[in-house]
Amino acid sequence: MTTIAATHDGGDHASHHEETFVSKYIFPTDHKRIAMQYLMTGLVMFAVGGFMAYVFRMQLAYPGASVPLFGEVDAATYNALITNHATIMIFWVAMPMLIAAFGNYLIPLMIGADDMVFPRLNRLSYQIFFISTIILMVAWLVPGGAFGGSWTSYPPLSSRGEFNGTPIGAPMWVLAVALEIVAFLLGGINFMATTMNSRAPGMKMMDIPIVVWFINIAVLLFMFSVGPLVAGAVLLLLDQTVGTSFYVPTGGGDPVIFQHLFWFFGHPEVYVILIPELGIVAEIITTFARKKIFGYRIIIWTMIVTGILSLVVWAHHQFIAGIDPRMAVIFSITTIMISIPLALIYMLLIATLYGGSIEFKVPMLWAMGMMTEFLVGGLTGIYLGSSAIDIYMHDNTFVMAHFHYTLMPVVFFGGWAGITFWFPKFFGRMLNETLGKIHFWGSTISFNFIFIPLFFLGMSGQQRKIFDYSAFPDINTAAHQDLRVFATTAFLVFIAFQFVFVFNFFKSMMSGPVAGNNPWNSNTLDWQCPSPPPHGNFAELPTVYRGPYEYSVPGRESDFWPQNEPA
Amino acid sequence: MAFQAPVATDRCNTGISTGKLAIWILLASEIVIFGGLVAVYLLLRLHEGAAWGAEAAHTNVVAGAINTFILLTSSFFIVLAHQAAEQDDRKKAVKFMYLTLLCALGFLVVKAYEYTYEISHGYTWFRSNFWGFYYTATFIHASHVIAGGIAIFIAAQGVKVGYHMNRVEVCGIYWHFVDLVWIFLFPLLYIAK
Amino acid sequence: MGIDLFPPIASSYAGDIDGLFWLVTYLMGFSLFVTWIAMFYLMFRFKKKEGVKAKYILATGNLKWVILPLLLFVAFDGFVDLNTASVWASIKQKFPAAQDNVRVVARQWDWTFIHSGPDGKLDTADDIESDGELHLKKDTVVYFDLQSQDVIHSFSIPVFRLKQDVIPGRAITSWAKPIMTGSWDLQCTEMCGVNHALMAAKVIVHEEADYNQWVSEQ
Repeated sequence: MTTIAATHDGGDHASHHEETFVSKYIFPTDHKRIAMQYLMTGLVMFAVGGFMAYVFRMQLAYPGASVPLFGEVDAATYNALITNHATIMIFWVAMPMLIAAFGNYLIPLMIGADDMVFPRLNRLSYQIFFISTIILMVAWLVPGGAFGGSWTSYPPLSSRGEFNGTPIGAPMWVLAVALEIVAFLLGGINFMATTMNSRAPGMKMMDIPIVVWFINIAVLLFMFSVGPLVAGAVLLLLDQTVGTSFYVPTGGGDPVIFQHLFWFFGHPEVYVILIPELGIVAEIITTFARKKIFGYRIIIWTMIVTGILSLVVWAHHQFIAGIDPRMAVIFSITTIMISIPLALIYMLLIATLYGGSIEFKVPMLWAMGMMTEFLVGGLTGIYLGSSAIDIYMHDNTFVMAHFHYTLMPVVFFGGWAGITFWFPKFFGRMLNETLGKIHFWGSTISFNFIFIPLFFLGMSGQQRKIFDYSAFPDINTAAHQDLRVFATTAFLVFIAFQFVFVFNFFKSMMSGPVAGNNPWNSNTLDWQCPSPPPHGNFAELPTVYRGPYEYSVPGRESDFWPQNEPA
Repeated sequence: MAFQAPVATDRCNTGISTGKLAIWILLASEIVIFGGLVAVYLLLRLHEGAAWGAEAAHTNVVAGAINTFILLTSSFFIVLAHQAAEQDDRKKAVKFMYLTLLCALGFLVVKAYEYTYEISHGYTWFRSNFWGFYYTATFIHASHVIAGGIAIFIAAQGVKVGYHMNRVEVCGIYWHFVDLVWIFLFPLLYIAK
Repeated sequence: MGIDLFPPIASSYAGDIDGLFWLVTYLMGFSLFVTWIAMFYLMFRFKKKEGVKAKYILATGNLKWVILPLLLFVAFDGFVDLNTASVWASIKQKFPAAQDNVRVVARQWDWTFIHSGPDGKLDTADDIESDGELHLKKDTVVYFDLQSQDVIHSFSIPVFRLKQDVIPGRAITSWAKPIMTGSWDLQCTEMCGVNHALMAAKVIVHEEADYNQWVSEQ
């Protein structure tokens, strides 16, 4: 039998060999450890991206002043900060947390398996992801500095060092993103193959918990939409390094092609991020309302339709980019229409609350907070989907407020809903409820005060990606500056509240009350094993007898009915 | 210490082996990537018009045709290898897998010859967008040929001792994809002038 | 709050865009508040109470509660779409006849405007070139011939609600009809490199007499 390199996560097994720190934490193959690696990297990068936001918001509030803990911010640095802030939040926080961490942790557990089908490929995925992280950060140290051409990296600016001023940083940025994409494509193979083929006996497709469905839909959508961008990114990298002119008009190229390739992925990407998070929120709502999800099958089919529809809305990012105006009308219609299936899913989730017995524990606060705040983001999207309104709003601060009202509810509220919900499973201990509530309310209130001013600044004509507005007197009045200072101050308050969470996280991990297998009395298989699960997850692999949402079934004394409990 | 595969790997809810599922998922993502590349080729070609054709006239159709024949033959060999594997004829399977590899090597040699000739005659990567495409597409394709070749070689070592015979089919599916991409590239790079 | 909600309506189509914005605000604002009210009502009404068990409800047979609000929302969306298509067509598809032309040259990091001069024609000897100042005549339909010398820029005049990306390698036409005199910001609204924030200009709209005087002074 061929022997491959020995890295076996011993866990509970009687090991013949010592488990070193290296084999347990640096090169694990256990899906739970890999999930934690993704989660921790995601959280660290969240702090890094958040720090970048702190620096550039301080520059906006106090232009020219030296920012504490950073120094003075010049134009090139500002551009690099906003570029990398966006790139990090999307590729190094949202995706690793919502897809890689929760996907890796939950999928085998929730389908009653002992691991992913390709544990070593799983490990390789993380390793590639880790390398991509290093490349992204090292770009700050190279001559010329980190890339500052916006996360959208439109050529010809991004194609030529003489245009962007970052001849080494720019290709490094592209390479980092490309490697991150490869890591996720590999991870996606694991997720889908495992979900399709390794379910517990008795678990039919329609018995799979919604979060597992949604993570798989997201991964499939990711795969279909990112392909053209991978091709496009390779060509961009060649423009940057070899001197080709795929996107440079002086050499016969066309910069708008890159835009299409980018946004063909870029738009579905936000659904790739949204869909798993809605799955997390759905699991939490059903558990804390003690109620069967209203329309589980409809939600799944609708989400598949939404995913497909998300592939035909991309040019709403290009309404005034020089595309044919007739094309813009078509994309305006599809963009506004995509709100409909999402509205349906929203209504079905809200309907789940009807007749429930709702307990507002911290995870439920995050879930309902997400549902409340995301509505603002989603509905302000209608403004931007209207091509005519977008003439005014394109590259305007209003857009920023819109997407922070979608992305933050999804990534931050949704992410913390998931973290606070599954923390007991990850670490075997409960988070402190009071500290959790303080973190939630402090973050939520301050979050709103950061971005509401940005809607109004945008409406008054303020454009984005500007490190100092003094060249634009119409939008640089004292009143405008007051709003910028207000938003920045709210952000400082927001940051302060995150330390409450950090304290809670580490303290509870070490000395919180013991959680037991199933502190939330939930039905899904992840709660029918020890907290944390040992290597192999289940002492005896479960058999499944029913769907995941049999809560408060009439005639039963207990208000929940685990999937693996015999009838 | 040998790596222990989890129980999950032995399950098969869909009836299709996990390896086969995985390779099809991989190929789906590769198809979208190469599809994107071809789409960009077509869009740029339309954008550039006549200049493109003038540049494209300088590829070596004969070499391209030879390579097409070589790859098609190699696909045939891997099919025979799969057939042999199904019948548990290890020796025959390995023989055909090595013949596939020989074809792959032949393909790369012809490609190397082409590249050398073209570069020495001034048709470099950044000379024009056609040549930018030509080198990008064929280089990426060639790296997939190499990767596939390595996979076939590793699988063959297992097949020799009857280990993981199902890998022959999985390698074969991947190899057919590599062949198929070339079938698309050949007309775009050698014939459409 | 101290700032105006929107800048002045200084072009013939600015009001249409603002009107569309308010339409969406009413329809989507209504949707937002109704959804919030429903959600908060359910959250409080069905809070856990001692001795009260949750219900077990299937979706089949109860979908009308969701389908009817959804259909209303679809109607809202459709209405927004129709109005959008009409405003968009009047700005980006059907240009009124040109009464004047200005060439706008964008480059890292400034704007050069080439006005047609006394003869009213571009590319003649009397063209007036200005770095950073765009002079326009009130109530005149002016076409902008947009060109970039290097990367993608974007020509934006907030008070006109005008915006159009400027792509190197292409000549794109945009238009506006100023309806107010005054002097306002002109922005670049596409990241174009390190000094993107310095790529400002001024648009100055004159009454006819005043404009003719400016022309004669050049």
